[in-house]
Amino acid sequence: MEPGNEPLIKFDKVVKKFGDNVVLDGLDLDVNAGERVTLIGPSGSGKTTILRLLMTLEHVNGGTIWVGGKPFSHMYRGDQLVPANEKYLREHRKTIGMVFQQFNLFPNMTVRKNVTEGPVHSLGVPKEEASERAVELLEMVGLADKIDAHPTQLSGGQQQRVAIARALAMRPEILLLDEVTSALDPELVAGVLDVLREIARGTDITMLCVTHEMGFARDVSDRVFMFDAGRIAESGPPEQIFGDPREDRTKSFLKAVLEHE
Amino acid sequence: MDFVINSLPLYWEGALLTIRLTVFGAALAFVLAVVVGTLGTMRNKAARAVAMVYTEVFRGVAALVLLFWFGNSLQEITGFRLETEFAAILALGLNVGAYGAEVVRSSINAVPRAQTEASIALNMTWWRRTRLVVFPQAWAQMLPTFGNLVIELMKATAIVSLIGLTDLTKVADDFRASAVADTFTVYSVALVGYFLFAQVLIVLVRLLERRANRKLGRPTDDSLLGLLRPPSIGTTTGGAR
Amino acid sequence: MVWDMEFTRLLLPALLTGLWVTVQATVLGYALALVLGLVLAIVRRAPVVGAIVFVITEFIRTTPVLVQLVFIFSLSALSDVSPLTIGIVVLGVHYSTYTAEVYRSGIEGVAKGQWEACRALSLPPHRVWGAVVLPQAIRKVIPALGNYLIALFKDTPLLFAISVPEMLSVAKGMGGDHFRYFEAFTLVGAAFLLVAVPSAVVIRRLERRYAAV
Repeated sequence: MEPGNEPLIKFDKVVKKFGDNVVLDGLDLDVNAGERVTLIGPSGSGKTTILRLLMTLEHVNGGTIWVGGKPFSHMYRGDQLVPANEKYLREHRKTIGMVFQQFNLFPNMTVRKNVTEGPVHSLGVPKEEASERAVELLEMVGLADKIDAHPTQLSGGQQQRVAIARALAMRPEILLLDEVTSALDPELVAGVLDVLREIARGTDITMLCVTHEMGFARDVSDRVFMFDAGRIAESGPPEQIFGDPREDRTKSFLKAVLEHE
Repeated sequence: MDFVINSLPLYWEGALLTIRLTVFGAALAFVLAVVVGTLGTMRNKAARAVAMVYTEVFRGVAALVLLFWFGNSLQEITGFRLETEFAAILALGLNVGAYGAEVVRSSINAVPRAQTEASIALNMTWWRRTRLVVFPQAWAQMLPTFGNLVIELMKATAIVSLIGLTDLTKVADDFRASAVADTFTVYSVALVGYFLFAQVLIVLVRLLERRANRKLGRPTDDSLLGLLRPPSIGTTTGGAR
Repeated sequence: MVWDMEFTRLLLPALLTGLWVTVQATVLGYALALVLGLVLAIVRRAPVVGAIVFVITEFIRTTPVLVQLVFIFSLSALSDVSPLTIGIVVLGVHYSTYTAEVYRSGIEGVAKGQWEACRALSLPPHRVWGAVVLPQAIRKVIPALGNYLIALFKDTPLLFAISVPEMLSVAKGMGGDHFRYFEAFTLVGAAFLLVAVPSAVVIRRLERRYAAV
């Protein structure tokens, strides 16, 4: 592979099973640096699993994941690829941040602590610097005044915006967004999506989003992947996927989702 | 009435031993509970096996049997004599610690898995994750049951009167044996002493609970009466004995 | 020093008779705790009487059962009630204050709609409790009640203090006679484990089955 053309993230024949249930069946997937990718498809089609594998919350049953040209799910021992150990994962997942559907803020820490915890203690950023950065990020998500609040005192939309700030505080190269608006009341969705649009416009972070918000997917994505039963049914630029889908699965899925909206 | 007033200093002497046993026993039990309970949540099989053997053995054997064993049997086989008060603290701590370990284990396991995932996403180590994210949340859940356990431990200290230590119970026993006052008065004073001590413990645990809940941003009942409300018991495994 | 088999052969039959006393005390005391606890749980819901009953049960629950045993035993020293009977009653009453709490949590766990449905059907109180509330409440608390059976069993060695010939008293007596306690107390400990560990397993099963509250 020539440098430059090399994808940032590469799934190479990745298999993931939960018991007898094969969620990903030899998946190949490339994402380039700086690309914004949206994963759509019916629930249970394996979209979220892809993000969880990248965050190392799950581990592959077969195949290999590569990030930045280096093995990610595996590591070299000699010239053999073996499943990565905890130390290797800790070193290599530093570049990846994730925002969860249920926010998962730490209820025992203030908003400030939530945002500074990762930088200070995993990256070794000095406290003051992390705190300044936290203020900046919270300003960006419009919550600077909530810096000393507890997560329980915030609305769902506010919690999710803090969670986004928390993920960005790690200065990730890759940001994973797992149905970040699905748990929100409808009137709070727009605020969170605006923040994400802002990030997409103002940074060159590689983004992988699993979402049911088709309007958002159309706006921010460079590429859309339509998933069905653990495989990519179709992929392409949003204009093509939404405007002129080729596969029947994509057509019926989009029809169902858009009708619902 | 005269008897009660005149004998209070002696009761207090006994109560001091009861308090000492409760405090040191609880300290030992707490350390054991946290260490063994945490071992019980690990993926490592050996760690879990150690935790299981400890909890099953020391929950299974009555504290009094343990106490007699430490007091007599141990010396016969090892020739090593434990100081009586130390043997008592050991028996009580080991016994209550086994219940506490179960509480710690189940409380840690009850912290939502998503919290662990979020801390992995921030690349935290196991140690930081356990100490800063999981344990503080489990702590709020442990406290009510710990409150019950510390009262059980306090009650169980009375067994030391059977191996010749002069605690609150033994003082009452001695008064009765010397027939300086009627049985009813002699034991009532001791029972009231235990009851008051229990109320103090309940209030202390309540205060800790409030603090823990406040740290989690949960609403707390800040009324004075709320402090005296006894912890509810009974529905969790290995809660109170 | 090694394990003395001779002494063990002597101990075992004696400990077995002690175990029988232990079992009697456990079963009868627990039966009393189950019945009295239920009565207490229901009475506690009454306005004034309930508050008085509450204070009394709290007093009993937060003071050592050992002191209660010795207290009642000394008071009845002149009567001809057997120590075992006193032991059963005191343990039973003590543990009824725990089972009352368990029943209470079960009763409070019954959905409000169930009470309202009873009201809507104008059911008489004995049907409300007997046919609707208690069957649902008790089912949920069976594992918790089971825990107190084990707890009561483990408190029976305290009967040693009022000279009931249960296992520990027997062991202490024989140990004293032979100037050797090691085998005696170790066997008692083992006997407790032999009962307590399998019972804990059974209770864990019950918990899974009745999906504890």
